[in-house]
Amino acid sequence: MMQRLECMRAIYDRLESCIVVTIMGAVSVELQSLGHRPNFFYLLHAMGLASSTGLGLALCRPKQRVVVFDGDGSILMNLGGFTTLARYRPKNLVHVIFDNESLLSVGGFPTATATGSDLARIATAAGVPRSTTVQTVEEFTAAFDEAVKSNELSCIVAKVEATGPKGYVTDLSMLENRFEFAGWIKKSI
Amino acid sequence: MPVSQTNSKIIYEALKKNGIGLVSALPETWLVHLIRMAEDDPEMILVRLAKEEEAVGISAGAHFAGVKSAMLMQNHGFLASINGIVSFAQLYRIPLLMLISHRGHFGERDPWQTQGGGVTEPLLHALGIRYDCLTDPKTVDRKIADAQTLAQSSLYPVALLLTRELMWEEQ
Ligand SMILES: Cc1ncc(C[n+]2csc(CCOP(=O)(O)OP(=O)(O)O)c2C)c(N)n1
Repeated sequence: MMQRLECMRAIYDRLESCIVVTIMGAVSVELQSLGHRPNFFYLLHAMGLASSTGLGLALCRPKQRVVVFDGDGSILMNLGGFTTLARYRPKNLVHVIFDNESLLSVGGFPTATATGSDLARIATAAGVPRSTTVQTVEEFTAAFDEAVKSNELSCIVAKVEATGPKGYVTDLSMLENRFEFAGWIKKSI
Repeated sequence: MPVSQTNSKIIYEALKKNGIGLVSALPETWLVHLIRMAEDDPEMILVRLAKEEEAVGISAGAHFAGVKSAMLMQNHGFLASINGIVSFAQLYRIPLLMLISHRGHFGERDPWQTQGGGVTEPLLHALGIRYDCLTDPKTVDRKIADAQTLAQSSLYPVALLLTRELMWEEQ
């Protein structure tokens, strides 16, 4: 099964000019391990709101590409927000959900995707114009590139192994990250 | 409908004067005119929510993008947003301008609203969120401007409670 880290490594270069928002825990630590950039914001506690933050950014910055790295547990906590995203379907947003079928960052307990809830089909049913499930890094990379090229709201559900880093605290302070990120966007007009 | 159109307009115009470019909303009776005004305003980004907590993320995204926003919700929507307010807006110093219709207070006839009316102000206190009540149309303009100024200077949520006196015209 593919690793989330390998997925992010495969598209890391393409993120250079994007506005990137991630969820907490494993996703945030792994993206930082590839190299933090000022255009990356890690939402370290508010479960479910990374996708809503991406929506706010995408609506207010329609000319810039926004990428959200979400988790199955996080999106399941904000399925209403998933429909809001589908309703406005910002063309400039790529919504990646790393589906490890678990709440990995808090002990790995299974989520409903472990018993069959299908996030890509939920996305389609919610009205997201493009959604797909991918199993390999090659498929993931191709889906990401197509999503960018399509210029339509796209949801990529990446089935990944439920493994991650040992710890979740990094040297980057939350507020430093937040202000640096806002500063980068301000300069990127 | 006895929801005051005149006072809704005063509120909406104050939001515009203060540079609000995005409004997120989940409807309730007292907010209908305000939401219609946002709908009819081609310059306003209106985000219709499924649940009020989403608005915290949307407003944070807007803030990062340099756009000022306001949240329209009833007090039960505020109750439904508290985790987002604490673990995003307060933790990350995000300014929020929350316009909360204060249902369930004196004069409330709907029994189901009455519990929320009693806990709204105590919760705002507990969260350390500064708030004021909008009651008199003459002071709405000033209070919205002042609330917005504090939200932006403190990088923290602020709340304005929309009261029955302002929003509801008794027949
Ligand atoms: C409201 C709330 N409840 C619980 C938690 C504890 N928590 C932190 S991370 C996490 C799991 C996130 O799961 P997922 O989005 O699937 O990401 P993963 O950890 O699997 O990468 C949980 C439950 C929290 N942060 N907020």
